[in-house]
Amino acid sequence: MTGKDAVKIVGQAVIEKKMFLTDLDQAIGDGDHGINMARGFESVLQKTEVLPDDTDISSILKTVGMGLISSVGGASGPLYGTAFLRAAGPCKDKTNIDANTAKAMLDAAIKGIQDRGKAQKGEKTMLDALIPASEAFAEGIKADKTLLECLSSAVQAAQDGVEYTKTIIATKGRASYLAERSIGHQDPGATSATIMLTALYNYIK
Amino acid sequence: MVGIVIVSHSVKIAEGVKELALQMAKGHPVFTAGGTADGGIGTDPIRIQEAMEAANSGDGVVVMADLGSAVMSVGLAKEMLDPDLAEVVKLANAPIVEGAIAATVEASMGSSLEKVLQTAHDARNMDKID
Repeated sequence: MTGKDAVKIVGQAVIEKKMFLTDLDQAIGDGDHGINMARGFESVLQKTEVLPDDTDISSILKTVGMGLISSVGGASGPLYGTAFLRAAGPCKDKTNIDANTAKAMLDAAIKGIQDRGKAQKGEKTMLDALIPASEAFAEGIKADKTLLECLSSAVQAAQDGVEYTKTIIATKGRASYLAERSIGHQDPGATSATIMLTALYNYIK
Repeated sequence: MVGIVIVSHSVKIAEGVKELALQMAKGHPVFTAGGTADGGIGTDPIRIQEAMEAANSGDGVVVMADLGSAVMSVGLAKEMLDPDLAEVVKLANAPIVEGAIAATVEASMGSSLEKVLQTAHDARNMDKID
């Protein structure tokens, strides 16, 4: 189990869902989320592929972040790029990620997305998956659960968050131009965030 | 001279806005970062960063951007700049076409960074109906 492999699994999961994410984004956005994310992770995987197998997780995450920033093109580039760069902070100099570090990484990523996109929970964005995921993760830590159990709860909360985005109006990004017409559609960003968390969980499991 | 950077999701918009702005300020340093690296629709923080560096001749840079993710990419590009340069690179809270023209003309007269930024902001208030 290596950081490089984890990124590969996560990246491949996003690339596999390229058409699904694009279809979701065509309904309420500019229709490029899947294409952009797939292009981003194809570029990222080329960069991580050539890293030594024992590269530390923090450096891998920085490579992912810079790779997404330089290749995605849409809003998800700066948002996810910042998220991965920030997540690299709490795991610096660590070879093993425990539940507390993982939670700190998730929270740093969320903070990065908020700093960049100025969004809150409930605005039909990726935060509607990630913030509940972080909250569920915190509950798990409080209950002395293992990293895998915490991640499992986080994935479930993120999936519930994606469902929740179907019920609310978009107030951020291109979908906000649609106002009420965005109701009934799940948010592409919340979906891609959940795809990544799910892939990570499946890999660690 | 304060440099100008135009950031748009579209190469054509960025180039078109530059063309319009230069009509009244020939030869002024106006740099564009339109579209993605491969010419598609989107924005590219790396090219935005390069444009900011190119536009600065010591007096600072005013940046005009279009939709939301262009604004995010500008924020990210600024974080990647040398901190001293980042201090004098300012995003204008202004519409991209009107703001760019007003700012470029102001900058071409040798105005300060603050003045050019203010002129761009003021372009928000241009009345189009009585």
